[in-house]
Amino acid sequence: MPSVRLVNVSKRYGEITAVEHADLQIEDKEYVCIIGPSGCGKTTLIKCIAGIIEPSEGEVYINNKLMKNVPIQDRGVGYVFQEIALFPHMNVYENVSYGPIVKGWDVSRIRSLVEEMLNMMALRERIYDRPDVLSEGAKQKASIARALVSGSLLLLLDEPLGSLDAKVRTMLRHELKRMVKDLNLTAIHVTHDQEEAMAIADKIVVMNAGRIVEIGTPLELYLRPKRLFTMNFVGEANFIVSEIVKRMNHRTKVRKNAAVFYSSERVDFEEKKVVAAIRPEFVLMKKPIEGKMSWSGRIETMVFMGSTVRYEVRTEDGELIVVKRPFVSGAYEWNVGSHINLEFPPESVLLYPYPEAGLEKEISIE
Amino acid sequence: MPLVRLVNVTKRFNGITAIRNLDLEIGDGEYLCVLGPTGSGKTTLLRLITGVIKPDEGEIYFDGKLVNGVPPQERNTAYVPQDYALFPHLTVMGNVSFGPASRELSKEEAYGISTRMLEMTKLAWRAASFPNELSGGMQQRLALARGLASGASLLLLDEPLGALDARLRVELRYKLKGLVKEKGFTAIHVTHDQEEAMVVGDRIAVLRHGQIQQASIPFTIYNEPGSIFVANFVGGANFLEGFIVERSQHGSWVQLRNGFTIRIIETGYSTGERVVLAIREETTRIVKNPRTKEKINFFVGTVESASFLGNCTEYTILLENGDTVKSKVPISLRTRGISIGDRVYVHLQPENIRTYLYPATGLYKELEAV
Repeated sequence: MPSVRLVNVSKRYGEITAVEHADLQIEDKEYVCIIGPSGCGKTTLIKCIAGIIEPSEGEVYINNKLMKNVPIQDRGVGYVFQEIALFPHMNVYENVSYGPIVKGWDVSRIRSLVEEMLNMMALRERIYDRPDVLSEGAKQKASIARALVSGSLLLLLDEPLGSLDAKVRTMLRHELKRMVKDLNLTAIHVTHDQEEAMAIADKIVVMNAGRIVEIGTPLELYLRPKRLFTMNFVGEANFIVSEIVKRMNHRTKVRKNAAVFYSSERVDFEEKKVVAAIRPEFVLMKKPIEGKMSWSGRIETMVFMGSTVRYEVRTEDGELIVVKRPFVSGAYEWNVGSHINLEFPPESVLLYPYPEAGLEKEISIE
Repeated sequence: MPLVRLVNVTKRFNGITAIRNLDLEIGDGEYLCVLGPTGSGKTTLLRLITGVIKPDEGEIYFDGKLVNGVPPQERNTAYVPQDYALFPHLTVMGNVSFGPASRELSKEEAYGISTRMLEMTKLAWRAASFPNELSGGMQQRLALARGLASGASLLLLDEPLGALDARLRVELRYKLKGLVKEKGFTAIHVTHDQEEAMVVGDRIAVLRHGQIQQASIPFTIYNEPGSIFVANFVGGANFLEGFIVERSQHGSWVQLRNGFTIRIIETGYSTGERVVLAIREETTRIVKNPRTKEKINFFVGTVESASFLGNCTEYTILLENGDTVKSKVPISLRTRGISIGDRVYVHLQPENIRTYLYPATGLYKELEAV
């Protein structure tokens, strides 16, 4: 049963370090997504697992076997590339059955296996079509089917949906996950799309600048990320540079200029200067009440996004706070120009020590 | 001032019709998004407006003047291609000042305009760098700065954010729109990403098979989609098939699979008509116990999967009649203890159901995102 373990893996190209000291454990039947900005090292990492790249340092184990100098065809992995790589002169059936035929498998076994796979991929009606008449989505499904019939229990997917339209991508990601689970496979899937990772992964590995920054479930990384970088990378967030005024047992009092709010986090660091982070969908907007101390502001922009409305609120002291509210009632709650009070539910306010490199550098996604 | 009008425009390539009898008008200062799947004709439409290709039929007007015979360089448009097409041998400043310098401007004027555009796009500090030294996001901003500095008032953007990481794309789309609006440009922005279109477009034109399916403000496109294709492509929905079985003052009743009936608002469709109902996932409510006495449009089902998407959780529910529906619950409402395998009620409120005639080519064909 495929498990994958990386121990202190680094890959250098001359002066440039693509991956640095990566430790990672992937369990059997786990669906793991590796995410991070362009150039973070995620593709290098999956290529080290596949055996396309030999690490400069460290070990890669598949099923507890050291993979040093084991070529890709002997690692028992199926690999799907971002660029659709079907044979243009072969139809779907021939493309998908190519690997098993080369391996000399029994013909009737190949037939039933390939047909089953194409059924699962809803490609049955397209089996005699050549790639040039297929839609992009259908082509990528055929590529995935081809990787799956290899019989490998470990599937490596490098931006498998990257070349597809947004809509096709969201449709296919569900099918991809269902297939992997139905076939009891272990999958490692590299993507730059954090929403895609959220939707399909059991576990997400966040990378930045060659390093693994954080590993967790989608829920953990979205709601309680340990790092500011993760908070920003997995979804929009407000970052408010503020100051701790009081540490209590069950919460922490924080101040930004004249505004005071609470976090239900207990901070275990000494620094007074902190970054308070809150996702836009947890910020509440209320009508201003005379005499009540609160952080007030004016709605500067408002964008209808379908199921949500996104507001940008300029506070009286000049901060810009993004707020997202569900849109289900059929009418807007607020308008541009509305004066409102901001409320931060303490359980949604996360506190981080102010980063040494500065906030902007720490959360940069470029 | 650029008021662009296309009248009955058709464009064919080797017998394939890329744009078919298309009518479209873009107002001065408007930010129009052309949204459609790959192969729908989006790029062809932009190229027709630039003048790089000419329509086989129909007319294109700029500000009331017919431009069919006007060459691209005289149309005063700035085209920002998907791959940016930056000059690799020129610096950032060289790229941006290329347009102003080739107009009859003094060196100082060209430099002044270019500097302002670089400041706006926050690239002034990289003026001496070459394109290959910039990150993807910076290259995108440079392509935009070059377009803005060209002196054109009509900006044509072909998937301007397409080459960027998903997260960066979200970040930059707000800035892109801000810049275009600040300078009072008219923009036509082509994309396959419906969320991007909703955010940046003053108006969205949904393109399919070379024809405009619907052109309207994002609010209308989303809340009153004119076709099954638009409802699916923009935002997605649950689609249920059925027949109108009864009509009354309070609305109609639709029989779904296996004898289930559901009430909808009055639609004008007659009894016996085969219809498709579309219900947005975020208005598909799931409850463990319906509290209301009136139990209209409550259906029992089993939760088959739950998928956390960040700001919401998407549940898939298999209804007792065999239909499957999805429900999106915003994270701010927190999950109310619903887990896989639970028996739940799905509530579909009549006012949230859109009704369409069953398409002649079948429902599946309409739901293909092509």
